[in-house]
Amino acid sequence: MSAEYKPLVLVVEDEPAIHKFLSVSLEAQGCRLISSMTGKDGLLQAATRTPDAIILDLGLPDMDGIDFVRQLRGWSQTPVIIISARGRELDKVAALDAGADDYLTKPFSVGELQARLRAVLRRRTAQSAGDSPIYTVGELSVDLVSRNVKLADKEIHLTPNEYRMLAYLIQHAGRVVTHQQLLKEIWGPDSTQETHYLRVYVNQLRQKIEPTPTQPKYLLTEPGVGYRLAAGD
Amino acid sequence: MSDDLREHDRPNPDELLARVAAEEQKSTRGRLKIFFGMSAGVGKTYAMLEEARKRAEEGMNVLIGYAEPHIRPETEALLLGLEILPYKIVEYKGAKFKEFDLDAALARKPTLICIDELAHSNAAGLRHAKRYQDVLELLDAGINVYTTLNVQHLESVNDIVERTSGVKVHETLPDIIFEQADDVQLIDIPPEKLIERVREGKIYQQHDADQLSRQFFNKGNLSALRELALRRTADRVDAQMEDFRRDNAVKSPWPTADRIMVCVGPSPSSAQLVRAARRMATALKAQWIAVNVETPKAAELPADARERIIQTLRLAEHLGGQTITLSGTQPVEEILSYARAKNVARIIIGKPSHSRFRERLIGSMVDDLIRKSGGIDVYVIREEKGVDFKQPRHRPMPTVRFTGYAWALGVTAATASLGIFLHHRLGIANSNVLMIDLMGVMLVGWRYGRGPAILASVLSVLGFNYTVVEPYYSFGLSGGQYVITLIVMLATALMISTLTNRLSRQGEMARRRQRRTVALLELARELAATPEKSRIIDIAVRHVSQVFDCQVVILLPDQDRRLASAGRSSEAPDMDEKEHGVAQWVFDRSEPAGATTDTLPFAQGLYLPLRASRGIAGVLGVYTPKTADFSDPERLHLLEAFVNQAALAVERVALADEAQRAWERAEAEFIRNTLLSSVSHDLRTPLSAITGSATTLLESGESVDVATRRELLRTITDEAEHMERFINNLLDMTRLESGGLQPRLELYPLQEIVASVLERFRQKGTRRNIEVKIRTDFPLLSVDGPLVEQVLINLLDNALEYTPATSPISIEAQADEKQIIIRVADRGPGLPKEDPNRVFQKFYRSSTSANHRGIGLGLTICRSIVELHKGTIQACNRAGGGAEFIITLPNSSGRAALQISDNPSHIQS
Repeated sequence: MSAEYKPLVLVVEDEPAIHKFLSVSLEAQGCRLISSMTGKDGLLQAATRTPDAIILDLGLPDMDGIDFVRQLRGWSQTPVIIISARGRELDKVAALDAGADDYLTKPFSVGELQARLRAVLRRRTAQSAGDSPIYTVGELSVDLVSRNVKLADKEIHLTPNEYRMLAYLIQHAGRVVTHQQLLKEIWGPDSTQETHYLRVYVNQLRQKIEPTPTQPKYLLTEPGVGYRLAAGD
Repeated sequence: MSDDLREHDRPNPDELLARVAAEEQKSTRGRLKIFFGMSAGVGKTYAMLEEARKRAEEGMNVLIGYAEPHIRPETEALLLGLEILPYKIVEYKGAKFKEFDLDAALARKPTLICIDELAHSNAAGLRHAKRYQDVLELLDAGINVYTTLNVQHLESVNDIVERTSGVKVHETLPDIIFEQADDVQLIDIPPEKLIERVREGKIYQQHDADQLSRQFFNKGNLSALRELALRRTADRVDAQMEDFRRDNAVKSPWPTADRIMVCVGPSPSSAQLVRAARRMATALKAQWIAVNVETPKAAELPADARERIIQTLRLAEHLGGQTITLSGTQPVEEILSYARAKNVARIIIGKPSHSRFRERLIGSMVDDLIRKSGGIDVYVIREEKGVDFKQPRHRPMPTVRFTGYAWALGVTAATASLGIFLHHRLGIANSNVLMIDLMGVMLVGWRYGRGPAILASVLSVLGFNYTVVEPYYSFGLSGGQYVITLIVMLATALMISTLTNRLSRQGEMARRRQRRTVALLELARELAATPEKSRIIDIAVRHVSQVFDCQVVILLPDQDRRLASAGRSSEAPDMDEKEHGVAQWVFDRSEPAGATTDTLPFAQGLYLPLRASRGIAGVLGVYTPKTADFSDPERLHLLEAFVNQAALAVERVALADEAQRAWERAEAEFIRNTLLSSVSHDLRTPLSAITGSATTLLESGESVDVATRRELLRTITDEAEHMERFINNLLDMTRLESGGLQPRLELYPLQEIVASVLERFRQKGTRRNIEVKIRTDFPLLSVDGPLVEQVLINLLDNALEYTPATSPISIEAQADEKQIIIRVADRGPGLPKEDPNRVFQKFYRSSTSANHRGIGLGLTICRSIVELHKGTIQACNRAGGGAEFIITLPNSSGRAALQISDNPSHIQS
């Protein structure tokens, strides 16, 4: 994070203890923080202060976190990171599908949160600066212009669908992509229920792009939610 | 009393217990005080009301439940100021009766209630046939009762009263009520004074007085009654004295265990024998049994005689005796063998009324009994009435069976023809021919009974005389000498037919008894083999309705002890509220009631309590068009035997249920305790580490060096992580146990699940190498992905925790058409040898796990999840050391390997 620009982060969460440690840790990382205890106030702050990212707790006292995301997406593309208690996979997926960018399960470590935050902020800056044409992570490199995929400098042949999937994941590298988002992207909006096809393709893709397919390093599974491609180097 | 039994001179524990129980019951029960006198007019009601008044003045809550309408003015004055319960007006056959209102009294629930005339018979339509039953119910409700009674109403002196005064008293009271009263106060005045009172019209209204006094109030009668009353009171005092002596363990004669048996038959004087037995039993404090022997001849008794036997047996039960019906051809043998089996010391039998000639001829049963009785005393009691009663000569009208007579004719014709042939053609002597005729007669007698046999014998003699005795083909003069032949023939015919008859009757009786025994046995067997309550009810209903040819309902209580129908035969009538009320009463009081009983006799059905060892389990009701069906004590006993079987079966199931619940409770208790100790331990340990580290940092953070500070912070995060895992396990377990978790089945490549699991371990910083062997074309699994991941995570967690850091861990999978097998194996210390699968038990922790964290839920969760997927999980020790967990899941794809086309076109469809 650059020294001259301090990103503004809005934390919408009803638990004061979490506000406290987030403000300490994020400010130490060079962020400015706005705290909001309710959903309504959070939306107001999002509209008036235009933060660079929003950290949102799904269990708000006055409104559903999913509704918060839907309302926010009506007028803002500010990245949103969901934090929610475990065992609410369906809620997380719903929030992600509604437009949230990533999620974290409580309890979470600050390191994780910072990594996620960095990923969404990078996307924001990348969008403004234009996408980098080459994605590399570890031994995998993908040239998005020439559609050239290499693993350990060896060229790999991907089927069109595999490539489309990989390209979509690269666009969202470092962030979670839900099954629905991937399905819609690759096979269109009508085939959103056939998640097992997706799994088969992901499995196939892993066979090609992972050095050890049974222990993937790049294309990771987010259980019950979707997939995440490791953020590029 | 025999000497050998006299050594029981101290109360034995059982009897003491029984007395304690009786006293306990008494303490919650109301107390009964009887104002007892020799006849009306002695002042019982006056004394009762006077005392009640005193109690009321002392502040007791007194209610006058019922005072006779013919009350005298002085007596009526005593009622002033006392609360009087209004009469219940009962209409019966157009007439109105004023009766005691039991329900109102129970609802009012006074401390003391006064009710006149204990022996009164209630009007039809009331709950009980007798007022004393009302009183018993009041006592049970904890209400104290004052009541009045005249001596002539006591059941056991009923016959004496009748004999001395000539007045038949119809309203009788079982002696047991009198004997068990808490208090009896004798009201006595000299007979002269009483006669004077009657003359002055103080007792009954004037017009009754003359007629009554002529009949009843003469000095002789009154003196006799007075003596009876005094004696009965003295007996009671004596009994109380006896109790006192026993309580204080004064060395005294102790009641023996032997019994008194009274033999009853169809004679009307049998009732007298029963009363005598009862009096003797009371005097000796012995149990007594009334016995009737059913001989084949009994079947020949007229209906009224049979009815009398039944009545006598019912009387015996009423008076507190046991009753039993024996059967056999030799009454004396039956009586004696039963008597010996039951430890009977005294047998009471009526003096026979047969003529001396008859006695000489066929012997007397009494003589026989006395001769064979051995050590048993036999008391022969004079039969006061019914001396003229003869053994019934009446036999059921033989049904004329023409076939029998036709056969008699035919057989005679055949023997005659054979005789003609043998004698005239073959020259065989006619004495031999006679044997053939005799044979024919015997045949007819054996096959067709008495009438045809007589006909055959007469015809045979005539035929014999006519055909083979000279002069042939005429009834010659010489026929006269065949009178003897005729007599012998007739005698043979009669003997054979009688024997046959008796045999067949015996056979019939034996069959009947056997049928009953078999029926009971079948019920018992079927019930014993049935573990469910509803089936037991059905079986009981079916058996009772079949054996007794009646409609049956069984009612069982709910939580609030309200009865509800649990089973019924198909044609059982619907129970209206009234019938239900009767059944409920039976349940509440644990006494039979309804049709054919004295309690609530107007009811449609007869209701019996299902009594079992621990109280009443329910009520069985029977409906039969013939109400007399169950007035036969024997039939009733058989029914009771059935009911007992059913009751025991119902209780057995209830006990089994209870045991199951108790086990579940204990199990739940165990789990709760383990959980509590586990939760308190496993949450407190990390919590104290966190608190300790945090407070250290807080209070002396500046003084500790950086490395120590980092270490403390590391402890906090590690322990927090541990707590999280613990809580997650608990939550998972709760979700799985509650059964609310439905797996969201989707098709997953196993590789993806495994990859996700390994990713998690990698994120947690696990450095161990986990070898994965899964074919790339492995079929898809139809599972709930996150749940199966949880299984693998828990298994790997354990493997990582319990094995040395260098030992290998592997995940392997195989598939065939039917199932998918996943093995997670390590080379650690292995599992408990005797039963590796114990590790799946909730809160199981191995002896080696003392140093490790965990609450023993991980593997239980694994098993629950796998079972949710209709699979199995097993644990075993590997050859060469180490543990292996084998998960078997059904292969829903039905393929051993995955075939996948690279062309995605089929997906787009």
